Amino acid sequence: MADTAAIDVAPIAAALPTRRDDKALHRMIFVGIALLLIAAPLVLYPVYLMKVLCFALFALAFNLLLGYGGLLSFGHAAYFGMASYLCAYTAKSLGFTPELAILSGTVTAALLGLIFGSLAIRRQGIYFSMITLALAQMAFFFSLQAKFTGGEDGIQAVPRGNLFGVFSLADDRAMYGLVCVIFMAGMLLIYRIIHSPFGQVLKAIRDNEPRAISLGYRANQYKLAVFVLSATLAGLAGSTKAIVFQLASLTDVHWSMSGEVVLMTLVGGMGTVFGPIVGALVIVTMETYLAQFGAWVTIIQGCVFVLCVLLFREGIVGLVAKLIRRPL
Amino acid sequence: MARDVILATDGLTMEFKGFRAVNGVKLEVERGTIHALIGPNGAGKTTCFNLLTKFLIPTAGTIRYKDRDITGMRAADVARLGLVRSFQISAVFPHLTVTENVRIALQRRRRGDSFDFWRPEKVLRALDGEALALVEAVGLSEFADSLAVELSYGRKRALEIATTLALDPEMLLLDEPMAGMGHEDVDRTSQLIRRVSKDRTILMVEHNLSVVASLSDRITVLARGQVLAEGDYATVSKDPRVIEAYIGAGHA
Repeated sequence: MADTAAIDVAPIAAALPTRRDDKALHRMIFVGIALLLIAAPLVLYPVYLMKVLCFALFALAFNLLLGYGGLLSFGHAAYFGMASYLCAYTAKSLGFTPELAILSGTVTAALLGLIFGSLAIRRQGIYFSMITLALAQMAFFFSLQAKFTGGEDGIQAVPRGNLFGVFSLADDRAMYGLVCVIFMAGMLLIYRIIHSPFGQVLKAIRDNEPRAISLGYRANQYKLAVFVLSATLAGLAGSTKAIVFQLASLTDVHWSMSGEVVLMTLVGGMGTVFGPIVGALVIVTMETYLAQFGAWVTIIQGCVFVLCVLLFREGIVGLVAKLIRRPL
Repeated sequence: MARDVILATDGLTMEFKGFRAVNGVKLEVERGTIHALIGPNGAGKTTCFNLLTKFLIPTAGTIRYKDRDITGMRAADVARLGLVRSFQISAVFPHLTVTENVRIALQRRRRGDSFDFWRPEKVLRALDGEALALVEAVGLSEFADSLAVELSYGRKRALEIATTLALDPEMLLLDEPMAGMGHEDVDRTSQLIRRVSKDRTILMVEHNLSVVASLSDRITVLARGQVLAEGDYATVSKDPRVIEAYIGAGHA
């Protein structure tokens, strides 16, 4: 039944049984992340941190689909980018408050995920990936041509506005607080999805789809559900980014953004809970601090990726998990 | 005496690019029996099996299960009607524990669909007791918390059977249950099949003729995609066409 199997993504880190005290370990890591987020702005630029958090959430959403759904989407920029456009548009042109703008962007991504997902899940493996790429290219073309997106200029000077119409987000520290809340909520939701009855079925389908079907699970419906969830959370990340940087541009719907999120997830550790966060941190940091090297950033990134695949296929967090023999 | 047929096919045909792997097969499986499907290599047994379990869609013909036309139904929905298959290669979920493997089947039977991504996994613990009982029934208690990938071949097959039984199926389709097994495992699995066949109907594809002889009530012999003979072992084994097909006495 090899022809019906998804891309083989059974992650090495997942080959460790989850024990009850692993949950306690994860809980401690969540608390640790929360404390780090509180302390970080004392030493690091909030804008840089917010960029890391937006991409970390994006990568977490992507990893939900790849690492736990076994589906490799090559077009996740579509949900990230289109959500960012819708969020920027509603905030700027319709005067939505930031939370409503973010919500509208997220809902857009969910609907887009539903449409694109229901087309793509009809095919398996590499064909699935190609369809997601093709659909994302259509979304890119639409963004380039449509009036409201501003073409090459994008939507600039998006107002951060007042949260709930009350709290001003103009200050970076206030904005940072909101981004932290969104990131933590998104991360915890994904963790819950993975560890839910739904997540259990998802793992079974990823492990052995024909067998899951023979037990009476309609595998495609589960795949579509996780696709929509992943697209929605990618949209949440994209919308938040539009508010933070007050900008929605073609960069966010470009195919290279789809590639970047794959890179983040693989470098950090596909199919691990915390890997995508580390991956996003590494990639964004490289982009930020190596920016002076210009086009060389891409080459350095490429080298890092090659080394990563050669030396530790399971990603940074995957490697750590293997060393301490605990799933992370 | 009226025959109580649970699964019936009529004119079942499967064509692959002009080659008829299964050609007009008429098969009737009586409720409560163990029915074996045998035949030489390339006879179309596995294709036939995949048609019955809806993993392939037939080119022509009908399949009826409990007087219901299931020809156009999806594999998952057929399973929900109580017609559950096994696989030739041991079909377990390698990265789930033994208990979780069984529980995933119970989860489908007891809760139906599980789209509740917002609920904690804890709600599934209610099924753990029942899952453990099934694990124990196939003698895997000491491996309850091991990952399925770590089990030996014979134990994987035992786990697969426990998982299938968790669905409490009315009819089982077994795809070469003895494939790749040593002598001891064959005996143990034979006993297990006999035990689970109580109150159930079983259709199995099997190469091991001594197993077929000892287990099945009725045998259908396939050759070149067509039914060659049908009956109990004594009848079928004496049929000159069957002997010829197996020994290959040239083209008659």
